[in-house]
Amino acid sequence: MVRNLKKYFPARGKWLKAVDDVSFSIGSGETLGLVGESGSGKSTLGRSILRLIEPDDGEVIFEGVDLRKLEGEELRQRRKFMQIVFQDPLASLNPMMTAGQNIEDPLIIHNIGTREERRKTVMELMDIVGLGREIIDAFPHELSGGQQQRVGVARALALNPKFIVADEPVSSLDVSIQAQVISLLYELKRRFRLSYLFISHDLAVVKYLSDRVAVMYLGTIVELASKEKLYESPLHPYTRALLASIPKMPKDGKPQKRFSALKGEIPSPVDLPPGCRFQSRCEYMTEICKEEEPAFREVSLGHFVACHHA
Amino acid sequence: MEELLVVNNLKTHFHRYEGVVKAVDGISYQLHYGETLTIVGESGSGKTVSALSLLGLIRKNGRVVDGEAIFEGRDLLKLNREELRQIRGKDISMVFQDPMTSLNPIMKVGIQIMEPLVWHKLMQGKEARERAIELLRVVGIPDYQVRVWDYPFEFSGGMRQRVMIAMALACNPKLIIADEPTTALDVTVRAQILNLMQDMKEEFGLSIILITHDVALAMNFSDSIMVMYAGKVAEYAPITEFIKNPLHPYSQGLIDSTIDIEAEEGSIKPIPGAPPNPLDLPSGCKFHPRCGYAQDICREVEPESREVGDNHRVACHLAERGET
Repeated sequence: MVRNLKKYFPARGKWLKAVDDVSFSIGSGETLGLVGESGSGKSTLGRSILRLIEPDDGEVIFEGVDLRKLEGEELRQRRKFMQIVFQDPLASLNPMMTAGQNIEDPLIIHNIGTREERRKTVMELMDIVGLGREIIDAFPHELSGGQQQRVGVARALALNPKFIVADEPVSSLDVSIQAQVISLLYELKRRFRLSYLFISHDLAVVKYLSDRVAVMYLGTIVELASKEKLYESPLHPYTRALLASIPKMPKDGKPQKRFSALKGEIPSPVDLPPGCRFQSRCEYMTEICKEEEPAFREVSLGHFVACHHA
Repeated sequence: MEELLVVNNLKTHFHRYEGVVKAVDGISYQLHYGETLTIVGESGSGKTVSALSLLGLIRKNGRVVDGEAIFEGRDLLKLNREELRQIRGKDISMVFQDPMTSLNPIMKVGIQIMEPLVWHKLMQGKEARERAIELLRVVGIPDYQVRVWDYPFEFSGGMRQRVMIAMALACNPKLIIADEPTTALDVTVRAQILNLMQDMKEEFGLSIILITHDVALAMNFSDSIMVMYAGKVAEYAPITEFIKNPLHPYSQGLIDSTIDIEAEEGSIKPIPGAPPNPLDLPSGCKFHPRCGYAQDICREVEPESREVGDNHRVACHLAERGET
């Protein structure tokens, strides 16, 4: 559970509010999708939860304990159960270590098992993520992008985590490989009852994997609902625009040619005007939107939205 | 419709220390006036090289070894450097994936848009300046009269891509080759740029070759589609035909791998394996190790591209209309 999390970066004497008062919870075995465009703060949020970036304020409560109150060894022990898979697998693996060593590394760090036992665990993990054992001694640069990401996933699984932050884990992969990795994450979720925070700009991928979905815009969550509600009856104008802008497979046989486009671009998060953050791009904008920041309210059971007009 | 460009048996090979990479190995297609052809494929399939080959933009260790590319009656592959320069940026222009690296960072965008006009001796001075401002208006840059004297870093990603398109349009080209023009952009901005390209196409009667890895985009944006795999054309078809009847197992695999917003949970079917190593291609059909239908003939004999319907070609031994 995350409560009122904030992360501000200093920017030329002003504040860039990358994560501005964000709260949500993720149940055991649940996947929360986090969607947003670049600059929305979604990666900063993911990292702040693990304290890879130190948040400025708020609470991150994992199994009853506020991670922000822990230090040193205590934090390390607790964080064993929280792992992250990054976007660029090559950059996130140690290039001087083989695939096997990369997967084994967390076990060594946490002093788990003997050498032989660890080797056995690595083999099992490689089976789980669908890596052939022949690549155990290959270096990351010798592997394909899909294999590299599987190594990244195996490494994240090594300590039997309960919660994984997956930060755009497939966006740098080719279409056919993307589908393989998504299928893998989907299987793992069911097999190990993992909780995921799945961060992506791709609404289709998020929908595929998530139980609930949060939409982020300029540092705050503007809408949060079950997957069904969010995709079938989105309430926030930004969510609606996002959904409308994606090319769909033309099942009825007719190409679309034109796509529904939102005007403008995501504004600079430094020095935001008062009122609603989405006002500059919103077609429903009225006076109140310029004056008052909309509250994040529950409009129907489990469906939250921050919009004066929703 | 008349043909603007006819490519026959184009082959571009790269010489590397480890051997010869046949990046493009015998591709053929036609492009009509006002048509959008999308080349779809994964990284390394040869889609970008096939386009760069037309403009003589292949790096030194690579060479066009065979084929012809007839553009309005002239074979682009036989032109010398000077003749190609007369066509590049004038009759054929390009839009690249990353506008930040393809614009000159220390030149005001207005000057960059004027450059092809002046270079091709179409306009000069005040006239060229006015044209640059007009082009920025056409591509939808707010405050274009002021922004024309800004540098690329002062623009956002989407705005930079609009500048690239303005530059590509400057000399009234007949053909724009757009290589992953929206891949680096956010979804809402992507839709804006695609709409802009569609508007420009209709307004100026342009032909477009769009290169992308995004199958859903290709199926919506094109008039025709060409699916490439390992340097070859796996399938080529008019888009409505392709939507109804994709025949090559690789095309079907790409479609089934695509996670659509309407996809049901558990419904994607990934293609197993990875694209082949270009230095060590499989025998027979290059796709056979990943193909669920592969038989002995696929391992031994490389399939020829066959016409299976009206302008619908597929390179697969087994594909028949309505059977696979």
